[in-house]
Order: sequence, then C-alpha cells, then structure tokens
Amino acid sequence: MKYSVNSEVSYTYIISNKRLTLIAALGVTLGIAIFIFMNSMMAGFDKSSADAFFKSIPHIRIYKEDVISKPISETNGKSIPIIINPKVVPSNNTIDNPKEIIQLLKNQKEVAFVTPQLTVGIFFNNAKTQISGRAIGILPEEANQMFNMESYVVEGSINNLKNNLNGILLGSGVASKMNVKEGDNISITSSVGMTKVMKIIGIFQTNNSVVDKSTAYINIAYAQQLLKKNAQYITDINVNIKDFNNAKAFAPELAQLTNYNAEDWETANETYMAATRMRAIIIRFVSVSILIVAGFGIYNILNMTVMQKINDIAILKAIGFNGRDVIKIFVGQALIIGLIGIVFGVLFASIMVTVLQNYYVGGDIGYFPIYFKIGNFLKGILFGFAVTFLAGFIPARKAANIDPVAIFRK
Amino acid sequence: MKEIILKTNSITKYFHDPVEFKVLNEIYFEVYKGEFLTVIGKSGCGKSTLLYILSTMDTAFEGELFIDNQNISRWKQDKLAALRNEKIGFVFQFHYLLGEFSCLKNVMIPALRLGKLPYDVIEEKAYQKLELLGLKDQALKPSSKLSGGQQQRVAVARALINDPLIIMGDEPTGNLDSMNTQNIFTIFKELTQEFGQTIIAVTHDQDFAKASDRTIEMHDGKIINQDYKFI
Repeated sequence: MKYSVNSEVSYTYIISNKRLTLIAALGVTLGIAIFIFMNSMMAGFDKSSADAFFKSIPHIRIYKEDVISKPISETNGKSIPIIINPKVVPSNNTIDNPKEIIQLLKNQKEVAFVTPQLTVGIFFNNAKTQISGRAIGILPEEANQMFNMESYVVEGSINNLKNNLNGILLGSGVASKMNVKEGDNISITSSVGMTKVMKIIGIFQTNNSVVDKSTAYINIAYAQQLLKKNAQYITDINVNIKDFNNAKAFAPELAQLTNYNAEDWETANETYMAATRMRAIIIRFVSVSILIVAGFGIYNILNMTVMQKINDIAILKAIGFNGRDVIKIFVGQALIIGLIGIVFGVLFASIMVTVLQNYYVGGDIGYFPIYFKIGNFLKGILFGFAVTFLAGFIPARKAANIDPVAIFRK
Repeated sequence: MKEIILKTNSITKYFHDPVEFKVLNEIYFEVYKGEFLTVIGKSGCGKSTLLYILSTMDTAFEGELFIDNQNISRWKQDKLAALRNEKIGFVFQFHYLLGEFSCLKNVMIPALRLGKLPYDVIEEKAYQKLELLGLKDQALKPSSKLSGGQQQRVAVARALINDPLIIMGDEPTGNLDSMNTQNIFTIFKELTQEFGQTIIAVTHDQDFAKASDRTIEMHDGKIINQDYKFI
C-alpha cells in the first residue's frame, strides 16, 4: 500500500485511543454479528420450509384448468336477453398426449426433472369404517427421485411399490385410523365406484397431519384403473426446475409451451408465501435497525474524538492539510474501527451459526434450521462498511470545516 | 536591489461579534526576502490578527495580500493550504504540537504532507532540525511529555522542515529561557542571512525585537511606525 500521511494520522489516533476504539468496534461487531445471524436464520427457515414443501409438491405443476362454458352470442342490451346456464366443460381433466408433453418438458434447459401424476378421490374401507381421502398415482421410481420419498417412509419401502402393482403406501394417520400395518390388506373405493383390495407395502409420515391422515400413494397404472380410464389418462405433470426460486418466472413459459396451466409452488401456496414475506420484512427491519444503532455508536465516538482533537485539527490545517485530508483522516479512523468490528462480527456470526447448526431441536425440524449463505455475509460486510463510512463522514465533515484561527485565538 | 516577498495592500478587518469593531485599519507594508521582521505593539492592537491574515488562514478581510508575487486574496482554501504547506512555516503561541505523536513525527508531518522527498530522507532531515534546536535526544518521546519550552522548540523545528520562504511566529520565544531564546534568535538570523528565508515574528520581547532587522509598531489597528528605532 502506498504510504499516506493521512492514514498514519488516523492510525495513530486509533492506537492512542484504544479503549474508545474498542467500544466503537464492539458496537459494530454486535451489529454485524446479529445482522448476519438473523439473515442466516431467515435463510435457514426458508430452506427448511422449502425442503418440507418439496416433499409433496413440485416446483411447477402442469394441469388442465376447468373451463366454464360461454354463451354462443353475447347480450348487448338491445337484443332479447338469453338465459344461459354456465357449466364446467369438459368434465374430464386429462392431459392429451402426455408422453409428447413430458418429452417436450424434458428437453427444456431449465427443467431438471419431470414425472406424471394422477390423483384419485377414494374411500378407505375397513368393515364399517370408511374415511375419505385421495390416492396419488405415481411412477414410484421417478416420484422418489423428485420428492425424496424414502426420507419419510417409516415402515416398509418405496421400492416395494414398484415391484408390487397392487401395493399401496399409506399415510400414518390413515394407517392408525384403519388399524392396519405393513403387510395387511386394505379395501379402497374410488369416486367412480370401483373397489379394489390393495396390499400395504409401506407407511409414510410427513408430519403434515392433513396429508398423513388422508393420503396414499399407488402406482399410476392402478390409479387409471380405479378411474376406469386408459393408460394415457393423467391429470398432472410435475416439473422440478434447476433453481426453485425461478419457478414463478418460469411457469408462464411452460404454460405457453404446453398449452396447459402451469402453476408454480409460490402461487400454489400464496398464504404461506405472504407469511414468509412478512417474516423477511420483520427480520430485515430488526437487523438493519441494529446496524444503524451500531452506526450511531461510531458516530458518537468519532464526534467526541473530533471535539477532543480540535486543537490538532487546527494545527494540521495550519501546516497545510486541506479539508479533504482532514475528512480522510477521520473517515479513515471510522473505517479502521469498522474493519475491526466487521472482522470480529463475521467471526462471531460464524460461531453462532455453527453452534446452532449443531443444535438438535427434534421433531419434524431436526437440527436448528440455520444456513451459511455467503451472500448474507457479503451483505453484512457491505452494510457494515456503508454504516461506518456514513457514521465517520458526518463528524469528519464537521472537522474539515473547523476554522483554525478561531481555535488559535482562544 | 531588495526583492519583495510579501506585500499587503490596504488590509482592513472587522470583528462582528459581540459588536462591530475595526481591528485592522488599512494596513500597508512590504517584507523583503531575507528580512528578519518583528511586529510589536500593546495587547489588542491587532498584531496577532494581522499575523493570522498573513498566514493565509484568516481569509475574511478587505484589501489584498501578495505572497511571492501572487495575489492570494481570492484563493480557495485548498490552494491556500498547499501554499502554507510549501512556503510558510509557523510557530504559534500555546498551540504547538500533536500530542499523540513523537517529536520526530511532529517535525516530519509537514514534509510528509508535501510528499516531495522519500520517507527516510525526511526522517534524516527532521533529525537534523531537532539537533539544531538541541532536542535530538528527545526525538522519539511523545511530544505531550515535553516541557512547554521544549515543545516550542520542536514547533520551531517543524516550521523549518520544508525550508519555507517565510517563517511566521506568534511569540516564538514566549516560553523560553534566555539561553534558548538566544539560540533560536541565532538560528533565525542564520536562516535569513545564509538561506535568504524571511522571518515575521510578533513579539513582546523588546530585546528580541531590537536585534531584528526591522520592527513594525502597531497601535489600535494601524501601523504607526514601519521602521521602529529603539532608543
């Protein structure tokens, strides 16, 4: 680094005022640490809830939207009113030529994974007990890849579904209500009145009780039989893309490509997304406030330093330092304080994140959902420097405007 | 043939607080290169105020000020700061040094600011100046640990570091015993005679003034005698 007398002066002031420097730096340390920590926590929450989401829903779902019939001619007020009776048409939701569409989707660069799905409304029967629910027809191998189903199968195995066309993977809530276990048989009745007896090859538990108490996975071919449909009949195509954050932007593209509706996961879970956004706003607000408080700490201490050093400033100006030099001296001092604070802040935040990452909360969550994200650290460092710069600049400008003659005359 | 180094043209200054008051009233005088000039006068006659104007730090005045053949009256602050750095050295009353720096650093800082010489050359030069003032053994002490008289001598050494055209002093020997006063006086004499540097010093010390080349006497904001003779 090029030698500069201004930075030497800043450095000397820092060294000769260790205690004040340390206090100001501590303020920045805490501000930065909490800023990074809270943002990491937010990233962790987002990641863990996204993970939970993508256990049962895809990034983008492609399906055929119900269409309401329209009258043949519009009424325009003058003609005789026509009485119409709008209805949903057509009554079947099948996606035409699914194989071509799946192939088309697979050829997209952004698309990571595609699998068809067919959902059937059913009743689970056990003697007189009958509970309503739904059976989701899947291709077991592909669905396992997409949703990582293995991770929440608690009894049996997802592979058994592939080997056993007649198999059913039952939600834990359904299993306990029906009083069945792996290896038992269960009778189900579809919405079109088809009844089948199926073999329970496994039980899953997602910890989402609504899902656990109503859902079962079966082979897609069997789902088609339950609906008395042919092997072409599917209602949904699930698409995973490379970065789920792009789903919202990418969905319309897929809709246009396939001519069917494409719904991204964020739109499908609007309420949840609104809550997430609210949480993000609160966390940002709190963490930025803390940084600003740290900034006030620096501002205060530098203001005090400027008052203490008013005599020095007058001498420096007398021997030929101009206003810019004086600003550099005090902003330099602020930035050194900021740098010390940021280094320790980053260190401190890393320790907090590491400790919490290894803290077992239990339940559905497992380890505390906190997440190292380089962006958060960079943001913290950047914000830290911005705040310290500002906090240093205001007193520095004041120092630059000191009139040396007024000081010498006293 | 005498070369003019500093010239004032009808400098007038008012204080506005607490009431309007004319501190300096149409000051005209010239200072020649290599001259050792002293300014005397009673307290409150405006001699310190005049020195601050000559030093280019006080720019709120009427009239014109020429330094080294340039009219600097309308110059911007930054340009004036550069001029002070290179061409003017100061010794102020009571406000001498940066307390947290060593004596050596204090002497070096104006030269480091000027940035014309490499660091080690400046350091060597600063040692020489301190030796000249008998302070070489104090060079590495923090300046705040020195006595008032020693600090004043360090301030003189600092004023000399950039070999300025003009050295200005507000009571430059005010805090010194007779031996050190004599020492500084000798140094000043040598600078003017051998190196052609100019000294302008405000003083109360009659003996110091008497021994200078020329003395200006001020009274109530006016120069009443450009070439005061001591009786």
